[in-house]
Amino acid sequence: MSTDVAQPTATGESTESSENQRAYRAMLRRRRLLVRLTQFAVLIVLLGGWQLFVGGDSRKVILYGEPSGIANQLRTWVEHGTALGSLGDQIRVTLEEAIIGFFIGTALGIVCGIALGRIRFLADPRIVLGSVFILAFGLGIESKILLVIVLVFFGVFFNAFQGVREVDRNLIANATILGGSRWQVTRHVVLPSAFTWIIASLHVSFGFALIGAIVGEFLGASQGLGRLIRDAQGTFNANGVWAAMLIMGIVALTAEWFITRLENRLLRWRPPQLSGPDL
Amino acid sequence: MHTSTQSTARPGADSAPAIELRGVTKRFTTPSGSVYTALKDLDLEVAPGEFCAIVGPTGCGKSTTLTLVSGLERPSLGTATVHGEPVSGITPGVGFVFQTDAVLPWKSVLDNVAIGPRFRGTPKATANVAARDWLRRVGLAGFEDRFPHQLSGGMRKRVALAQSLINEPEILLMDEPFSALDVQTRAIMSNELLQLWDLTRPAVVFVTHDLEEAIALADKVVVLTAGPGGTVKATFEIDLLRPRVVQEIRFEPRFVDLYHQIWEALRSEVDIAYAQTTDVARTVAS
Repeated sequence: MSTDVAQPTATGESTESSENQRAYRAMLRRRRLLVRLTQFAVLIVLLGGWQLFVGGDSRKVILYGEPSGIANQLRTWVEHGTALGSLGDQIRVTLEEAIIGFFIGTALGIVCGIALGRIRFLADPRIVLGSVFILAFGLGIESKILLVIVLVFFGVFFNAFQGVREVDRNLIANATILGGSRWQVTRHVVLPSAFTWIIASLHVSFGFALIGAIVGEFLGASQGLGRLIRDAQGTFNANGVWAAMLIMGIVALTAEWFITRLENRLLRWRPPQLSGPDL
Repeated sequence: MHTSTQSTARPGADSAPAIELRGVTKRFTTPSGSVYTALKDLDLEVAPGEFCAIVGPTGCGKSTTLTLVSGLERPSLGTATVHGEPVSGITPGVGFVFQTDAVLPWKSVLDNVAIGPRFRGTPKATANVAARDWLRRVGLAGFEDRFPHQLSGGMRKRVALAQSLINEPEILLMDEPFSALDVQTRAIMSNELLQLWDLTRPAVVFVTHDLEEAIALADKVVVLTAGPGGTVKATFEIDLLRPRVVQEIRFEPRFVDLYHQIWEALRSEVDIAYAQTTDVARTVAS
């Protein structure tokens, strides 16, 4: 019985190999430090170059903004709030639109994608077009959330649909023979399998959600980051535009971090990625 | 040539055969639109509790017979009957062990084994108790919380076996289940399969390329002709005593004798199949 037992990493190692390992780890650490330093240097060069290029020339500041001005603008916003209210409120409003739309769009996308993938009759293209039309006409309502939903929906939808199509036929056959009903097979086999695809689309979709919310605010809003950018643009305040974009970037990266955590949690059954040769 | 050494030990008329295929033809439409006949006019009968091995050259429709019995596919002509009932939908009381891994990679070993009873409405606690019991029987106690990718190929096969056997199938269909394993693991798994089979004694249809494996395991070896349009060429009763030790039985004179007989029937079919594939290769190449 012990012939094919996959042993976890051997515990009793000779001191020699553990010394080797230590040396290897130290080398990895040094290498990582070098990468970080290089990245930092590149950033400094870029920002410094930008600052020097603009050089306090007021026309160039209007066109390109400058790093010190952006920092000042950010400080003002954080300390005294924006013209529209506190900065936190602007971020909250935009995030709220993006997140609500993101969830609705994702849910709709997953449900429609899986239903169409599983039930062949629904995959009739005319019925698909029907849902497209409903969504398109719905755009008449000037709602940011709706815009976000539309943007998020399609990415998630096509991934969910494709994910269902890519499920291993053997797994479905096996689950069916084990006694799974159609719904049980969908729930225990199709959905988890399609999730690898769906999660991949969520990374992109959240970006779309933010864009949707901000574009929506561009079109008309009393608050939010999009409105902030529009106001800054209207007053030729390039620093303001950059500052708002910076905030957006931070928000997007934070969201990305959460999605990655979600991904690792939902897909923890996957074998860990082994580091291979750099090709 | 043994054209039809028909089985003489038919079960009595009182007990219906576990599996009965009568004049079965199966055609597939290929993606290019042409029709491919996988099986033609095939008759097969497996008694309850009988271990039947099907051997034949590549592409002779061995696996297709299993999909017909399980109800995953329907015969184009002829009838497939299981326990006297014509096959419609997925046949109840059937277990299927696939050639490739078909355990669910996102479920732990325990959940994978418990899934059959869970699908059939058994409460979770009861299903888990049964699953632990079966994991112990296949020698995987202590691995309940692992995910399949953390196991070796042999261990995943054990999970697949436990997953099927927990439903206590009356018919166990196995499609080259051990072909992906290394030679030693394979011999061990074959032995364990025989021991497990002895516990519940389902009727088994075991598809394989490997004649030695077929003789060592089965009560009856069915040789199919080369495809397309595979059909039964000959049936051989394996009268080796049980319990058998798979690794050692091949040295017995009776085993060697049977091997010679069956190989005689199989060889010409293998030659035909080989000639076909090389023909195809030649036409493609030219």
